[in-house]
Formats: sequence, structure tokens, C-alpha cells
Amino acid sequence: MATTTEGAETGGLEFHPMDQFIVSPLFGESGSVAWYTITNATFWMALAVLATFALLVLGSARRSVVPGRMQSVAELAYGFIHKMVEDICGKEGLKFFPYIMTLFMFIVMANFLGLIPTAFTPTSHFSVTVVLALAVFITVTVVGFVKNGAAFLSLFWVSSAPLALRPVLAIIELISYFVRPVSHSIRLAGNVMAGHAVIKVFAGFAAIAVISPVSVLAITAMYGLEVLVAFIQAYVFTILTCVYLKDALHPAH
Amino acid sequence: MEGQLAHIGAGIAGLGTGIAALGVGNVAANFLSGALRNPSAAASQTATLFIGIAFAEALGIFSFLVALLLMFAV
Repeated sequence: MATTTEGAETGGLEFHPMDQFIVSPLFGESGSVAWYTITNATFWMALAVLATFALLVLGSARRSVVPGRMQSVAELAYGFIHKMVEDICGKEGLKFFPYIMTLFMFIVMANFLGLIPTAFTPTSHFSVTVVLALAVFITVTVVGFVKNGAAFLSLFWVSSAPLALRPVLAIIELISYFVRPVSHSIRLAGNVMAGHAVIKVFAGFAAIAVISPVSVLAITAMYGLEVLVAFIQAYVFTILTCVYLKDALHPAH
Repeated sequence: MEGQLAHIGAGIAGLGTGIAALGVGNVAANFLSGALRNPSAAASQTATLFIGIAFAEALGIFSFLVALLLMFAV
């Protein structure tokens, strides 16, 4: 996924905004990727897991009554997600709190670590986010049927609508239900990928001396926006997981 | 010729992201106008705001994806 735009009037200005997303092995020759190969994608995913461990386990290991910096951040993250799950899914949704907390911490750590210059962002790949979203989709469907049985299908039968309209609405609801994992995964990967690509495009403009100050300022501004987006997208992914889970726990419209 | 047509199509698909930006702005503007009328209820509705923004934005990301597919995959 590389493109070269030859600007003749600017003396061969080259853009490679998508090169940062190429998955390549860290050790050994490039091109030979097996399931056990340590690529930059798996490396940064492992770093995200390690960072989560460092924050949540090591950070709160001292259990001080007056929390230090690490411990307050860990407690803040825990309380934030706990409150979100409880507010949206209700008390019975708290069974799924560990899963949702894991999702949030992994995505937020992968996003933030990906913002380090020259780092690789695993969440910018559809192959990563589709797995996360499909896991949520399958969990929600299984939980819905296990908990409610056939009554889960009432999610598609909008009982508050007029009777003549309900079959049409059922089809729409059915389609929107199956589009969920698609939009859920593409939203995260698309946002992260678009942001990183835009930064790289501005970095390409920095090669022209006249506009390079503007370009560097633009990179700085975009970077600030990306820090925001990294958190917001993790938050949105988590909150939508909660909303889908609420549908499974209480399917009545 | 077909490659150039794909590039034109990618540009047209890129318009969709701008239109999605209108949608996101609409969500945020209406939230703000509601929040200024009843500030005490605003804090409890930020989650709804983000869900609304996420749904509006997803469709813009879809058109961005179509543009990417036309650029690199067709």
C-alpha cells in the first residue's frame, strides 16, 4: 500500500503516507511471515499488553491509602469503566466488566503507544479491530440467546411501532444488527489510520522549504488532535460494546 | 484510463467524509444548544453525545474506506 506522487514542479516531492502501516518481521529477512514470526504488529501489541500490566498491576501494587501518580491513573481508569458499565448495562452487566476493561485498556494503550514517532499502531489495521469487534459481536449474540432464549428475537420486532410497519422495521433492524461488527471495527481502524496518514502527508510537505514551518505547525496540531482521538476512539469502542451488551441483556425495545 | 477513473471516484468518495463532518457538527451543535438551556442535565448526556458522534462519523469513515479501496485495491 504505497503511493508515489511525483510533483514535477516541486522537484520530485514524494508521499508515502501508507508505508507506516506495512507489517514486516522485526528479525530476519522481510517477506517471510509465519504465524509465530515476531512482526512489528505483534511487538507493539505485546508492548500494549505490557503497558496495561505495568499501569494496572504494578501501578496499584503498593495499595497506598493516598495514591501516587501511577495508582491514581489506574484507579481513575478502573472507576471510569466500572461506572460506564454500570450506567449503561445495569448491575447485571458488571459480570462483563473484566472483558470490557480489557478491551478498553488494550485499545487505549495500543493507540497511545502508536503515537510515539516511528512506532507501529496495531489498531490501525482492520485485521486487529475486526477480531476485537467480532469477539464482541459473538459474545453479545451468545449472551442474548443464552439469557433470553427466543425472546432475544424481540430485539428485531419493534413492538412500539404500528403493526403494518413492523416487518419492514424487522428487516432494517436485522441488517443494522449484522452491520454492527463492520462499523464497530472500521470506525476504530479508520479513525486511527486516517489520523496517522494525515500526519505523514503533512510530513511530506515539510520537504518544501517555503511551507515547511506551516507544515511542522500542522503536524503539531494534528498530533494534539490524534492524542484526543486515541482516547475518544477507545472510549467510543468501549461504550458501544456496553450498548450492544445492554441490548443482549434487556432486548425489549 | 480505468486507473484514472478510479482516482476520480476516490475523490468523489472523499466528499462523503466532508458531509459526515456536517453530521458530526450537527450532533455537537444540538448537544451544546440543549446543554446551555439545561446545564445540569448536560453532564449525564455526554455518553449519548459520543454515541451519536460515533454513529455519524462511522458513515464518513465508510466513504474514506471506499476512497482507499479505489486508490489501492482496484
